[in-house]
Amino acid sequence: MPIETWLTFLLGFMILGSIVALEIKDILSSIVAIGVVGLAVSLAFLFLQAPDLAVVQFLFEIFALIILVRTFIRKDFHVMEKASSGRWIIGFTLIGLAAVFLLSLKVFRVLPPFGEPLMETSRYYLEHGAADTGAANIVAGIILDYRAFDTLGEVTVLLTAILGTLTVLRFRARDGKGGGR
Amino acid sequence: MTDKPAGMTLIIKTVCRLLVGLILLYGIYIILHGHLSPGGGFGGGVVLALGLLAVLLAYGREETLNWLRLGLLKDLEHASPLAFLLVGLAGVAWGGAFLANILSKGRLFALLSSGLILPLNVVIGLKVGLSLFLVVLAMAEFDLDKGAEE
Repeated sequence: MPIETWLTFLLGFMILGSIVALEIKDILSSIVAIGVVGLAVSLAFLFLQAPDLAVVQFLFEIFALIILVRTFIRKDFHVMEKASSGRWIIGFTLIGLAAVFLLSLKVFRVLPPFGEPLMETSRYYLEHGAADTGAANIVAGIILDYRAFDTLGEVTVLLTAILGTLTVLRFRARDGKGGGR
Repeated sequence: MTDKPAGMTLIIKTVCRLLVGLILLYGIYIILHGHLSPGGGFGGGVVLALGLLAVLLAYGREETLNWLRLGLLKDLEHASPLAFLLVGLAGVAWGGAFLANILSKGRLFALLSSGLILPLNVVIGLKVGLSLFLVVLAMAEFDLDKGAEE
């Protein structure tokens, strides 16, 4: 079977999972549906021959599931009220999506066909990567040698996130009880 | 939910105690082989975080913090971006450019190859793993303190 068929099947599966996650009443089932969508993304990466991304996506999905379950399971979120969104909001959204799709038809025609990317920088990386960086895994060679500065930015984002989380949660905990650990 | 300080049941605790070493070992393996096989600092770091998270879920916060030194974890976590910067500045000093690959490239497919990629992978693995674990720990602390008010 060609890879496009598998990808179409996976995409349909993801859309189905997202709709289930939005519409289902029970919050735990909703979280599970979100996890199914994430695992389908991981599978899609595998089909596209990107095992690095698949590994990271898979692990992060498990991590996010644990956090979501642990956050929501102890509060009384089990039954959600149905959001009273009017029918005209859905209509507006559909019209907007259709407009964006029609306007972007021109862009789709310019895009390279599936499976044949332009390969301008990537060709250089693939041909010279092993000799330039000495890394057998070309992904590691790119993110930690050619584009290590980018990775420094990502590490800075993580540092900022953890500092913000610790600061906010620590202040609230002190307010509540008068000093944790 | 009966996960006050006591943690979960004996079965889960035992299985967790047997497995957590293997999980951490696997994370370290993924980090160290990041330049040879799929994975690397980010993926391996998440494996480390998940291993520590299993201990946190099974044993509860108190016992986990008795096992791990929180101050040391925080210091390591905040020091790893600095280590990244220092590696980059070493590249300025000896290689002429920020983050220049100054160590020898070695033989392809050898564990000790590809110069600075291996230490940078280790730094990123520490950073990602400890960051994720500390975020979960902070959330658990927050929840516990709210629960104690009832």
